[in-house]
Amino acid sequence: MTAKLTAVRAGALTTVQDAGRRGYAHLGVPRSGALDAPTMRLANRLLGNDPGAAVLETTLTGCAVRPDRDVTVVVGGAHCPVTVDGRPAPWGTPVRVPAGALLDVGAVTAGVRAYVAVAGGIAVEPVLGSRSTDLLSGLGPEPLRDGAVVPVGTPAAAVAVPAAAPWPGPPAELVLPLRPGPRSDWFTPSALRTLTSATFRVSPHSNRIGLRTEGPALERASTGELPSEGMVLGAVQVPPDGRPVIFLHDHPTTGGYPVVGVVAEPALASAAQAAVGTPVRFTLD
Amino acid sequence: MTGTPHLTARPAGRHALLVELPDAGRTAAFHAEVLRRRAAGTLEPVEEVVPGARTVLLDGVRDPEALARSLRAWEVPPAAADDGEAVEIPVRYDGPDLADVAALWGVAPREVAALHSAHDYRVAFCGFAPGFGYLTGLPGELHVPRRATPRTRVPAGAVALAGPYSAVYPRATPGGWQLIGTMPGPGPLWDPARRRAALLAPGTRVRFVPADAPDGTVAA
Repeated sequence: MTAKLTAVRAGALTTVQDAGRRGYAHLGVPRSGALDAPTMRLANRLLGNDPGAAVLETTLTGCAVRPDRDVTVVVGGAHCPVTVDGRPAPWGTPVRVPAGALLDVGAVTAGVRAYVAVAGGIAVEPVLGSRSTDLLSGLGPEPLRDGAVVPVGTPAAAVAVPAAAPWPGPPAELVLPLRPGPRSDWFTPSALRTLTSATFRVSPHSNRIGLRTEGPALERASTGELPSEGMVLGAVQVPPDGRPVIFLHDHPTTGGYPVVGVVAEPALASAAQAAVGTPVRFTLD
Repeated sequence: MTGTPHLTARPAGRHALLVELPDAGRTAAFHAEVLRRRAAGTLEPVEEVVPGARTVLLDGVRDPEALARSLRAWEVPPAAADDGEAVEIPVRYDGPDLADVAALWGVAPREVAALHSAHDYRVAFCGFAPGFGYLTGLPGELHVPRRATPRTRVPAGAVALAGPYSAVYPRATPGGWQLIGTMPGPGPLWDPARRRAALLAPGTRVRFVPADAPDGTVAA
């Protein structure tokens, strides 16, 4: 028999995420998946899971869950206190949670999204090959609610735990390497200079669809309407207000605002952990 | 027309190319050619092939610059009329914007069904929601603007027009398109449990077929 987790405190926004839904963008299906993918993979490896096994992705306030059987978990990503039945437990390393005990992942002290990986992985039913919650189009499981029950898969028999887990720290400043295009020609030369020289800040309106920025507006060279075109992960789309939006994993697959440049995927993990107000700089990739 | 396609390959980050074509017809032809080469195993691995109105995005490519160079040598035949799967969508022409669309077209509301269903459509691309296809095929004189005020809820199965496009809403969402009819039983439009999750996938040919109205009369 495998374990189940009951959500005692679902937190501000806790979703199931894995490596995402690939190969369906042409049908209007976003990629989804863990925003801080390296953290998901590392937490899974520490438990002997497949690196892309489904985990819980929490937002700012963590969550609390109670397993009905003994489970082993790793909490990583954003820094936060971890307790088991009120007793402090380590962050970033495997923790045994006995059947009936309460695992509490507290509010973040640095970063945005803490991840809870469980040996065996979260075993909700996949949709189009992924267990991820897609907040743009509503595919996959609903965000966690108080009282929800989440199934866990079968843990690996033997675990070869890496000696040291290289957890990256949440960024004090978000530096995003960007390649201009496909629509950089829709912007004035001064807008492109602004993009790579000004400091922006993470807007409170950011979410899993996009990291929104506050800062100088980018001026367009042409005011026409762009016919809908495919959008990639990391695309820096510029809506009419001129403030760049960096597309994260739940981004729409097609869009009609010009993309001035694309941020390299490895940098998006730190974007997922950049708190509101964090300075943002774009560098040429 | 065959020969070197009139395309512009635009960079889209480290692993993608946005290929831009001059018009919807050549976009459809290029998209079909990408799918043919992918099926034949002669295209380098591409994770996502995402058509747009005038573009095809090739995402998840190891070396986009090399792919851009190889595209210059492609021979792209025009899209054949019988290319792609064909589906029929039954429609009751009973939408709340039928009278407005009839007025824009300068015809009586009862004539909308015959005019709309007379054309062959093709799914140019998807977006907005899973399984929401943008269908081209409506002649220019029948293009209509979006509604000035979008609806907070458009029901699943609504058959709608906006600009050059026709669409059938796969599920209830907000929407600003002009609603001219209803597809009875819209379930097949989107079913992620089915191998072919979206009925209206890009490249699919579509015929709208006027269906019997609920009172037994024919809507056309």
